[in-house]
Amino acid sequence: MIRVKAKKKLISAAGPMALDVDFLIEANDLVTIFGASGAGKTTILRMIAGLTTPDEGLIQVGTEVWFDSKAGINKPVQERSIGFVFQDYNLFPNMTVRQNLEYALHDKQDKPLVDELLALANLTELANRKPQTLSGGQKQRLALIRALARKPKIFLFDEPLSSLDLELRLKLQDEILTLYGRFKIPTIFVTHDLSEIYKMSSTVFILEHGRITRTGKPSEIFGQDNLSGKFKFVGTVLELVQDNFLYIVTIQIGQNITKVVVTEDEAAGLKVGDKVIVAAKAFNPILLKV
Amino acid sequence: MNFDLSPLWLTFKLASVTTLILFTLGVPLAYWIVFTPRRWKTVVEPLVSMPLVLPPTVLGFYLLLLFSPKSPVGNFFESVLGIKVVFTFLGLVIGSVIFSLPFMVNPIKAGLQSFPKALIEASYALGKSRRETLFKVILPNIKPALLTGSVMAFAHTVGEFGVVLMIGGSIPGVTRTASIAIFGEVEALNYNNAYFYSGVLFTIAFVILFVLNALNKKIFDVTP
Repeated sequence: MIRVKAKKKLISAAGPMALDVDFLIEANDLVTIFGASGAGKTTILRMIAGLTTPDEGLIQVGTEVWFDSKAGINKPVQERSIGFVFQDYNLFPNMTVRQNLEYALHDKQDKPLVDELLALANLTELANRKPQTLSGGQKQRLALIRALARKPKIFLFDEPLSSLDLELRLKLQDEILTLYGRFKIPTIFVTHDLSEIYKMSSTVFILEHGRITRTGKPSEIFGQDNLSGKFKFVGTVLELVQDNFLYIVTIQIGQNITKVVVTEDEAAGLKVGDKVIVAAKAFNPILLKV
Repeated sequence: MNFDLSPLWLTFKLASVTTLILFTLGVPLAYWIVFTPRRWKTVVEPLVSMPLVLPPTVLGFYLLLLFSPKSPVGNFFESVLGIKVVFTFLGLVIGSVIFSLPFMVNPIKAGLQSFPKALIEASYALGKSRRETLFKVILPNIKPALLTGSVMAFAHTVGEFGVVLMIGGSIPGVTRTASIAIFGEVEALNYNNAYFYSGVLFTIAFVILFVLNALNKKIFDVTP
């Protein structure tokens, strides 16, 4: 079980902000932390890792206390058994793929693990290449198995897939889940991608302005209204065009663009850039496998 | 014509020894300046760079005073340790190390400052100590800075004059380096010798900088 209780004053882009979180993660659970950028997601991971020191609090992993402001305990990052996967990979450019992994080994004799991880990530053929020569997906895979190579007690992901395109992201989500299933390490996955939360985790923490405002299953948190057969999406107005008595509103929902017809009255309060909810009663939706 | 090659050999011996000492000294010093949270690095930093603006004669003069048998330090060296610093090769080395310090430290400092902090954190997060991170991650990635520092320190020591003259005098075979030999030969109106030494130094300086330039281009041009 992992206990994180931490306070820290932060200077964010929107001014000063007090990060104040208190949560538990059951052993071997995979949780996601969801929030807008600047909400303090990365800081939470950095505090657990020991890269950022909380102003006060308690961080406990299993029976080990990593941080306790009252008892004056603050283990250095090196003594915390973490597997940190960074947003921009942070692979060592002077080392080959294999050397990156060997460097991460805790037990230098454990060469079979390197081969096993290389095979898992499909990087065996590229073992002697420098990371600069890899594609984005390959770099991310390497970052992933490098974090695993030291056999950490907790896995921390800081938006690891945000710079990859959708197809690759979906593929790597599957691979992370496979690895997670295999190693069963408690995992915190920070993201601001909704689909990722549904796919990756059984529990999601919603972080808003430094505080966890809601906790629960992704379907409970995000999908309360979906049970009645309604569709509801949040989108952004891109264009408003008048067509006789009606208006045609172009709305971006995620990566999709859709057009909705509204009356003059409905359009009156709208302008380009507004956030809107697009909802529809869907009596007989069509599902097509892609 | 028969030229005395001893000033040239002496110059290269001095430059090599100085560069070696400066490298072992410069890396930890630059690392400390860049990464220490301590305030008095603001005093150390300008001290390191002082030789850039200070007339070499001033530095040489102070060193001469410091190591003269009449000063406590010089006295300690001579009577307790039995080491003579003034007008010896050792004196030249000490003077050169101080005088070329910024040429070694500043490029390494710049290399460390521009090194991504995220990579250092990644290494720490893998459980690696500061020392291991320095030797296995940081230094291998700032090779151009290390090379520039070493070459600049070497070249600068070759071209040194004021400090060497003040603390070393011009004892043939002991402290008479090439740059001082040139001065002596011109004074004695032996222009041929001066031509020779000057030509050698000129060529060497050019070759060193040319090679440095080429090497750095090659190191930086790591095609991804």
